[in-house]
Amino acid sequence: MPLGAYLTLAALVFAIGLFGVLTRRNAVGILLGIELMLNAVNINLVAFGRFHADLGGAIFTMFTIAITVAEVAVGLAIVIVIFRVRRTVDADHLDLLRG
Amino acid sequence: MTAEALAFAGVAVVLLASSLGVVLTPNLFHAVLYLAVALVATGVVFLLLDAPFLFGVQLLLYAGGVVAIVVFAIMLTERLVGQSIRQASRYLVNGALVSLAVFVGVVGFLVHLPTGATRPAWPGDLTTMVGRALVGPFALPFELLAVLLVIALIGALYLARSER
Repeated sequence: MPLGAYLTLAALVFAIGLFGVLTRRNAVGILLGIELMLNAVNINLVAFGRFHADLGGAIFTMFTIAITVAEVAVGLAIVIVIFRVRRTVDADHLDLLRG
Repeated sequence: MTAEALAFAGVAVVLLASSLGVVLTPNLFHAVLYLAVALVATGVVFLLLDAPFLFGVQLLLYAGGVVAIVVFAIMLTERLVGQSIRQASRYLVNGALVSLAVFVGVVGFLVHLPTGATRPAWPGDLTTMVGRALVGPFALPFELLAVLLVIALIGALYLARSER
């Protein structure tokens, strides 16, 4: 398959993830959308690295995967704390910082 | 159709269907299960791109680690509130419009791309090369990554600890 096929697939997954981030009300649901978007970017990195015979794509993908795991751990910890304090994880009700 | 094109088409269908499942199912727990399918499908895409090492990393860290953490978080919040984990979506039309605009914008760039139909051959085994690069030119970022992981996990523990 040509490079364009992989990039189009990644763009589709990215758009679907963005749709999830925009439409989900639950904070965990928003995190899942972000996961999809990061995943799409990983496909792009690996595809570019493969079609240019560049090792950087694979290395960078490993780094983004590891950083994503850290992001998910911290994000879910924050969600649990918010849930403990506010008794909800509905993003529409999380307006503590509103002036 | 070649075998590779067939495999790509199959994986693409699974990946897109499970991605739609992640963002559309009302049950949050089902959404996480769809996410696991999508992550494994992405790993298979890595396999098609001659990166078996990344397939392993994807399975271990993403489909294993991330999904387990998210399931734990959902179980915790569900048990605390004692109600169903159904969730509603909002702004469906606006969200679809924005996502479609982003997709069209990206594809608008892609059509100008020179079609890379041929894959240059790797000079050797990718896993070996990644291993050598991680202890060679990328040694410092690699160690910093380890430090970042420790910091993030300790921070997550601190945030989510029980107050006494």
